[in-house]
Amino acid sequence: MNIPVIIKFLIDLLAVLLLALGIKGLSKVKSARDANRLAAFAMSLSVVGLLSYYLGTSGIAIESWIWIIIGSIVGSLFGAILAKKVPMTSMPETVALFNGCGGMSSLLVALGVAIFPISTSLENFDFFKSLINEVSISVSIFVGAITFTGSIVAMAKLQGWLSTPGWTQSKVRHFVNIVFAVASFIAFFDLINGNTSSIWLLVIVSSLLGIGVTLPIGGADMPVVISLLNSYSGIAAAAAGFVVDSQLLIVAGAMVGAAGLILTQVMCKGMNRSLVSVLFGGSLSAQSTASSGSGEYTNITSCSVEECALTLEAANKVIIVPGYGLAVAQAQHTLREVTKKLEQNGIEVVYAIHPVAGRMPGHMNVLLAEADVPYEQLKEMDVVNPDFPATDVVLVLGANDVVNPQAKNDSSSPLYGMPVLDVQEARTVFVIKRGMSAGYSGIKNDLFDLPNTSMVFGDAKKVLNDLIGELKDLGVGEK
Amino acid sequence: MSFVSLLWVLLLGSLLGLELIGKVPPTLHTPLMSGANAISGITMLAALTLIVKADGNVPLLIIGSVSLGFALFNVVGGFFVTDRMLAMFSRKPSNKK
Repeated sequence: MNIPVIIKFLIDLLAVLLLALGIKGLSKVKSARDANRLAAFAMSLSVVGLLSYYLGTSGIAIESWIWIIIGSIVGSLFGAILAKKVPMTSMPETVALFNGCGGMSSLLVALGVAIFPISTSLENFDFFKSLINEVSISVSIFVGAITFTGSIVAMAKLQGWLSTPGWTQSKVRHFVNIVFAVASFIAFFDLINGNTSSIWLLVIVSSLLGIGVTLPIGGADMPVVISLLNSYSGIAAAAAGFVVDSQLLIVAGAMVGAAGLILTQVMCKGMNRSLVSVLFGGSLSAQSTASSGSGEYTNITSCSVEECALTLEAANKVIIVPGYGLAVAQAQHTLREVTKKLEQNGIEVVYAIHPVAGRMPGHMNVLLAEADVPYEQLKEMDVVNPDFPATDVVLVLGANDVVNPQAKNDSSSPLYGMPVLDVQEARTVFVIKRGMSAGYSGIKNDLFDLPNTSMVFGDAKKVLNDLIGELKDLGVGEK
Repeated sequence: MSFVSLLWVLLLGSLLGLELIGKVPPTLHTPLMSGANAISGITMLAALTLIVKADGNVPLLIIGSVSLGFALFNVVGGFFVTDRMLAMFSRKPSNKK
């Protein structure tokens, strides 16, 4: 062992340690921000380690430097600009886009090594000829391509650029995807056997497979898919680590892959969906319209914004239940205005956050934090559920399935077993909603029929704006 | 490194990842996903290796450079966007703007 090898080894070791500490720190609110910076620092450290290793051994040619600088500047610049500009409500599709590009990067590395068989291994120079290298190249291409096309489709669907084509909800899609999968495996093994020309077949069919699997999935399940694809991009990075013989890449890729799987599991649990049904069940609304035949409402009470304001003014304790609809209407700032007024009148205001509120787990917390809601007022479901009986008014804003009492009472309901917020225990419930359309599950919400529930119809932002006006007329929040 | 020891690295890395994410408050799921996503851009090291080892092969240099660009887009964007999200949590009610 010479000195550059030892130095690189030590730097890699430190980088892995810092990355692990970073992921660990990201799981606590207090340390999260520093942990994120620590991880970023570890990443730059690993780059310095690699470059100084090459400088100390083989040297780096001028033309290599030029291409390194071009790639770095272009990539970093676009990444930084997008990260600064993107609104908080489009976070899920942004993560999807970044993720897809990571997959693309792994795919390109494997392609480059496969097409131009140079020695990329650090120590033994005929490593690329071995079976292991062929396998890792194939895995890297396969997973990288699926990650890329899958993430792009996920992003496009969340942005509303792509709708769900009808045929993808029929059985045909299973047949199509099986064909793609079989073709991928044929290309995969052909490539391992040393037939380099099948590499393009592998690229094409695994890309198509990524599209075919993601396209049928409904918008509401998309966050789960993004989380899963995030895990895949880790696996792709680990495979690329085998290709270039880098332990650091393997460790970091494996960590991200495993962490992504756990997160995916957590999300599925919160939505009462299994991963299998998300991936192969198609869009949930298409599936359950037939099964929930009892979709007629019999006892809907509708009320005006004015009545809502009067009830709020008389309350002592108010719980807000924000949901997807609030995020779509971008009404979090307006909501904050309303709650500020209530607080100034001495009314206790708390936000009940269902684990999957918003468009991703934790997304609602980010949105409310953006609107300056104090972190202490955000209560998790288990903490807030016992408080509902002692609550005067609950405001449900754009949430639906997460407040459906069917999940607790009706064992025949598809929602049965999903953890929900017990809003019906409160004295009065106001549901602000655009119309009587069902939630993403397509299931009737029994809450709307209860005598203590009143519907306020309208766009969340507009209703909240009207509410501010009404509260002002009542003199709430003005001392 | 032999293949077997690389497999050990893979195994231990996976176990580490499973262990690290044990208990996360739902608040942090989105930032965690975004931060982990940024780390998956570590594949930029593979792209760098490719460029350095290209030995004047222009198509390979271009592939490596594009790959590096994609990876850094993921890394830089991912870390920035995570920081933006987390900055909102650290804002305390007592802090006047």
